[in-house]
Amino acid sequence: MTDMTMIEAIRTALGRALQDDADVVLFGEDVGIDGGVFRATDGLIQRFGAARVRDTPLSETVIVGMAVGAAAHGLKPVAEIQFMGFLYPAIDQLANHAARLRNRTRGRLSCPMVLRAPYGGGIKAPEHHSESMEAMLAHIPGLRVVIPSTPARAYGLLLSAIRDPDPVVFLEPKRLYRALSEPVSDDGAALPISEAVLEREGGDVTLVSWGAMLMETRAATDMLASEGIEAELIDLSSLKPIDRETVRTSVEKTGRCVIIHEAPLTAGLGAEISADLAEHCLTSLLAPIYRVAGYDTVMPYPRLEDHYMPSADRILRAVHNVMEFE
Amino acid sequence: MSDPLAFLDADGRRLRDLPEFASDGETLKALYAAMVRTRSFDTKAISLQRTGRLGTYASSLGQEAISVGVVGAMQDADVFLPSFREHGGQLWRGVTLEELFLYWGGDERGNDFAGPRQDFPVCIPVASQFPHAAGVALAMQQKGERGVAVAVGGDGATSKGDFYESLNVVGTWQLPAVFVIDNNEWAISVPRKEQTRARRLADKAVAAGIPGEQVDGNDVIAVREATTRALSRARAGKGGTLIECLSYRLGDHTTADDASRYRDEAEVSLHWKREPLIRLRNHLVEAHGWSKENEEALLRSCGDEIDAAAEAYLATEAESPGAMFAHLYASPPKEISAQAEEFGDD
Repeated sequence: MTDMTMIEAIRTALGRALQDDADVVLFGEDVGIDGGVFRATDGLIQRFGAARVRDTPLSETVIVGMAVGAAAHGLKPVAEIQFMGFLYPAIDQLANHAARLRNRTRGRLSCPMVLRAPYGGGIKAPEHHSESMEAMLAHIPGLRVVIPSTPARAYGLLLSAIRDPDPVVFLEPKRLYRALSEPVSDDGAALPISEAVLEREGGDVTLVSWGAMLMETRAATDMLASEGIEAELIDLSSLKPIDRETVRTSVEKTGRCVIIHEAPLTAGLGAEISADLAEHCLTSLLAPIYRVAGYDTVMPYPRLEDHYMPSADRILRAVHNVMEFE
Repeated sequence: MSDPLAFLDADGRRLRDLPEFASDGETLKALYAAMVRTRSFDTKAISLQRTGRLGTYASSLGQEAISVGVVGAMQDADVFLPSFREHGGQLWRGVTLEELFLYWGGDERGNDFAGPRQDFPVCIPVASQFPHAAGVALAMQQKGERGVAVAVGGDGATSKGDFYESLNVVGTWQLPAVFVIDNNEWAISVPRKEQTRARRLADKAVAAGIPGEQVDGNDVIAVREATTRALSRARAGKGGTLIECLSYRLGDHTTADDASRYRDEAEVSLHWKREPLIRLRNHLVEAHGWSKENEEALLRSCGDEIDAAAEAYLATEAESPGAMFAHLYASPPKEISAQAEEFGDD
């Protein structure tokens, strides 16, 4: 076990995958000698060579489209889009091809690729560098969408994404890249890809969150505990498919739920979870389901960014509203 | 600027010495038969669509030499990535008539063809097959295979970023890929001259640093020869090639289109004089003793085979509706299984 930040855990998992499977190749912009703009691939070109750790031309459509072709022809590409905001031109390749190839050929061809992209705000990045588009991707049939919230989960989930026989979008909360570290064992063990993590048990209210928002949500649960409110905390981890059972089971126990995400409120994944609970857990609910989310605004430039990001304080207020509901 | 590569003129007269493969009458007869078979399939497909028994269909009328010429040069282990107008190429590669009918009849099983299992299915979003070809070529290069990825798109496709971006990476990484443009002069209603100011679509290869060649796409010998050279270069590790095949879309864009809304019938008539079958037939008659009996026998056998395939397609029951849930993932997530269960099909 070594203490690792999330970026170190990701780099370690990529190295492990390259070492274990000769079909794994990494490509993207600046992933080679530069080691990626966040250093996720630092040192890998030296260990595995320029044929397996490739700098692509600056070409998002080709990065994703090429991954589709390479995956269908026997490689296991792990492609990187440098920032999620630059994924838009390549969504055609993701939605029309990666997600459909298995289905439209009735399994003759498949697309075992991983698309990695840092997402989310909170690091004072320039415009277009802080988007949270996970709901758009979770709407696409045929994909899996995964977001880790700790170094150990990043390691285990990235390995499971690479080993998965279908396309997985692996979104990395860049605010967490270096924000926390924990012991991670480079033992090659993958985590289950489509399961939520029940991170903290509690009987009063269920908090559901993912990615970097777990920081504020964890802080909020600590503050709530000091007030005598025991929150149950779920790291959703898998945005597609959603582990509905884990969320339902928790809400059936607590009767209350607050969903926290950084992406804009409207048509965000909080809406899907809320609808699912309304449909399946109505008789258990003691209060309306609340969502604490980014506003339906464009992500502000860095000077106003902090005002956009859901805060622990907003989470507390939502929980208080839910707890006081009669 | 050289003239487009051509060996036979519109009437089948030799313009220059033929390449070696074309001195063999049997090879030429096989190419001719494949083009006739493609056109017969086309005719049948349109008639099935017009009578409500096939979905929207994209005819390849007049462009048979491109598809057949390109794949005729390919090896089994190569990978073909067709657009939606490459029936001739798919058939030559081993996709069956029945599978093509199934696909155009709205059945995914048509893409699960028994033919070359590594070939890609028809690609509908224009030009999006070119990045896949770059990816296939990358995998071939990486695995030390000697195959080549061959993708075909239309003239309209050359306006798209997918095309430019993948041509660029093919050049940068010297990938074993051949990009073929079926320049049929029309992208639905937009003519070639309104698509780009480039003098030749083949010139777009210049920006990628790879060779670009223009050929008479109605001359199957020229198409096959240019493709053969491009494949040899790619197999020798010398990278990709762009081939622009000059042809003409004699039919509508698809059965959902009415080309009389936007183009002059006189232009179409002019191009009928240059279509690809006549010249090769004339050459076969002149050089290889192709007889009226040979011609009639070929038409009859194509017709019989296609009628039988159409019957088999029409007699094929639709998949069980549960199939729409079954193939999305290797292991369906719970939410898909739950929806399949709710649907209640087994």
